[in-house]
Amino acid sequence: MTSLTAAPRPGLLATSRYVPRLRLERAAVFEQHHWMAPGLRGLAKGRRAMASWDEDAVTMAVEAARTLGRALPDAAIDALTLASTTFPWADRLNAGVAAAAIGLAPSARVRDVTSSVRAALGELAAALAVPTGAGAHLVVAAERRIARPASAQELVFGDGSAAALVGAGTSIATLVAARSTHADLVDHFRETGRPHDYGWEERWVRDEGYLKIAVSTIQACLADAEVKAADVAHFALPAPLPRVNEAVAKRIGVPAAALVSTAHETVGDLGCAQPLAMLDVALRAAAPGALVLVAAFGSGCDALLLRRTDAPCPGDVPDDGKAETSYLKYLSFTGQLELEWGMRAEMDNKTALTAAWRDHARAARFEAGRCERCGTVQFPRTHVCVNPECRAQETQQPVSLAERPARVLSHTSDFLAYTPHPPFKFGHVDFEGGGRVLMEFADADVDELAVGVPLRMVYRVKDYDPNRGFRRYFWKATPDRAAAAIARESAAGLDARAASKQATADPATANGATTGVNT
Amino acid sequence: MASGIRDKVAILGMGCSRFGERWDCGPDELMLEAFNEALGDAGVASNRIEAAWLGVCLEENNVGKTAGPLAQALRLPRIAATRVENACATGTEALRGAAYAVAAGAYDIVLALGVEKLKDTGYGGLPARTRGVQNDLWLPNATAPGAFAQLASAYAAKHGVAMKDLKRAMAHVSVKSHANAALNPKAHLRNAITEEDVLKAATIAAPLGLYDCCGVSDGAACAILTTPEIAKSLKPGAEIVTIKALEVSVSNGEEQAFSAWDGAHIATAREAAARAYAAAGVTDPRRDIHMAEVHDCFSITETVLMEDLGFSPPGRAIHDVLDGVFDRDGALPVQPDGGLKCFGHPIGASGLRMVYEVYQQLLGRAGERQLGRIDRGLTHNLGGHPHQNVCAVAIVGRAGA
Repeated sequence: MTSLTAAPRPGLLATSRYVPRLRLERAAVFEQHHWMAPGLRGLAKGRRAMASWDEDAVTMAVEAARTLGRALPDAAIDALTLASTTFPWADRLNAGVAAAAIGLAPSARVRDVTSSVRAALGELAAALAVPTGAGAHLVVAAERRIARPASAQELVFGDGSAAALVGAGTSIATLVAARSTHADLVDHFRETGRPHDYGWEERWVRDEGYLKIAVSTIQACLADAEVKAADVAHFALPAPLPRVNEAVAKRIGVPAAALVSTAHETVGDLGCAQPLAMLDVALRAAAPGALVLVAAFGSGCDALLLRRTDAPCPGDVPDDGKAETSYLKYLSFTGQLELEWGMRAEMDNKTALTAAWRDHARAARFEAGRCERCGTVQFPRTHVCVNPECRAQETQQPVSLAERPARVLSHTSDFLAYTPHPPFKFGHVDFEGGGRVLMEFADADVDELAVGVPLRMVYRVKDYDPNRGFRRYFWKATPDRAAAAIARESAAGLDARAASKQATADPATANGATTGVNT
Repeated sequence: MASGIRDKVAILGMGCSRFGERWDCGPDELMLEAFNEALGDAGVASNRIEAAWLGVCLEENNVGKTAGPLAQALRLPRIAATRVENACATGTEALRGAAYAVAAGAYDIVLALGVEKLKDTGYGGLPARTRGVQNDLWLPNATAPGAFAQLASAYAAKHGVAMKDLKRAMAHVSVKSHANAALNPKAHLRNAITEEDVLKAATIAAPLGLYDCCGVSDGAACAILTTPEIAKSLKPGAEIVTIKALEVSVSNGEEQAFSAWDGAHIATAREAAARAYAAAGVTDPRRDIHMAEVHDCFSITETVLMEDLGFSPPGRAIHDVLDGVFDRDGALPVQPDGGLKCFGHPIGASGLRMVYEVYQQLLGRAGERQLGRIDRGLTHNLGGHPHQNVCAVAIVGRAGA
């Protein structure tokens, strides 16, 4: 035991969130339900995140993990835990699909945890509690819960993911204390294979669940840490029920000002991912030294108390997305409304699993080949170089295109092809540093596709095979709106400089740095 | 040293069924319709045919595998028969197999027949289908209009052309083909249309609208080939039409995966045309080629092909199209029969249908759409998509030309 306690404890290195681009207007949902469920009016405000037709818990987990990967490219991740109550695969390692997509070594330890919305937070607590090894442990949670139409959950839930990276190195927070309680208080349940939750009366859940089980767990955690509730600066408690986190904060004595936003107005409750998402929000707002308390309730409770360090939180945060007002699109994307897609949708998408394994790196990691002799990057990676001046054999080293910037060479929006989100947008994509691929565009508006538009890659479902319950994944290109904005600003800057060149020299407006050319 | 095929093979007879939505016909009836016309034209009995090539592209939608369906439909006397397939260039591939067998001296009289029964799918357009088990793992399940629409966006960007100007030229291409097909009793779409009709039509795959896309048709076309010497002996005094060139170029993945291709042209068309011109002794295509039937699966395809085949200088196709150079009364008529656009596109038959029109025009049999004197005509048949395809170019002309 002494050898274990002597080893340094790992810290929290980074956190991230991923929110799908589409944000469904709750008012648009309520508009369709008010005839039979007028009581939903109170919830019909703001937006909830809505996964596109080609996103599932695995693809969203991959995006949250990639955000962390970009922030900490040198992190040596040797363990991945994926948490969700809505895994696409009951028997196929979901974390294994994600691990391949983010490029973890085959020796990484990967596993799925599930069946409670507190599954991810429990994993984070466990990862923070074990002694530091050589590598980092990535905990990712993702959720795409489908609630029955006209249920409160349909408005409260959101789709998305969040991730936390634990290991040695510069940490943004360290664990102070953690507590866990299990209790088979069934506030809601979902039988395996069923699409929807079944829940019990909210007032009972609040009084007997949150205000007893969560409160006692959190109080025990604070007692372990010898910390007073009043000293907690940020309290992150997912609250799928109205005002429940205020009630818990009040009961334990955490100041109301410490409550962390649930992002209900803009995203919705991310289920298993919500504690990590709220932790990400809290840590980014926390001052050095601040105490951050995060808890998750469901079949018991987990509570973690962390102390923020003075290291900046690395990585990007999600943007505001795009408003979606079509509730029928939401129903169709979630498989709750069968539309007439025509005979083109009947195509058999059976996957040859032998071929899929043979070329698994191609689809999973977007693996291209770089010819060692001439430097040409080419997709797919083959045995003979595509460069007509080279044609060398067996010279192509694997290189992933997943993180490479790219641009549109040609494009179309195809109204004839079957896609669950018409029109089918695809085109030739040229990668920085070489490589060209004919690929689908995801999350792209018809009018923003143009030759030269900057792109980044996202991991998505390529096709579903409803006959066999299979889905295949591949990468798609999506407009890199941040890069496009930077390009526009720089073009505007050039225009402005050109304009200032043409203008008569005005010492009041002339930039000192440009006076050399301002003649 | 190989000496090519120029003037080694003569067309003894040709036939072409009416193209269109032939609801009451299966592939058997279509094949027989084309074959009987060719046989009458050739003036020989069917037992003189020593070998046959059958071109069918989407066999799973119609005849099934092997050349058996041809042998059965025509009751060929257990001769050698081969089924060929090279996507939408299948028809020319059948002609090529047959022509090279005659040129090699293996046979005296052979048959090349292409057929496609497309209207048994239950929906419009070409059938959705797998691209092969490995490609399906990553390649977008693109439609043909979507794949060819790529050309338009890249062409406009490369040449700095406003899309509305490009669309006007594309509209002119379709208006011209409809006007030509109105004079062709075998054509699928015989209605005249206006530029406004084209520009106002529903979008199929941006920027292609309905009238930028060719018809999907049932039909068959065939050629009976022999040597020029046998042709002269069988048809004394008649004009003999010979094959001047028959070239095929197939993409090797460079357009798809190597960044040298601009996305705005058909690389294989340039390659096949260059070889065909060399074989036929064509040095100035705009002058030496008197008419052309090109693979106008979409209006943008025909437009860029005018440059790839050397009919227009780079970047000038739009101007030549709008100036009427390729109209039926222009300097170089293209698709005088209405093309794929309006004659129709029964895939396996199309390459042979193109040659059929050149043959008819050479012999002065084109009726209301007859052009002035034609000595030499070109056909261009494309299978696949702009980035990965098969291009076949044939040049057919008078024996002495």
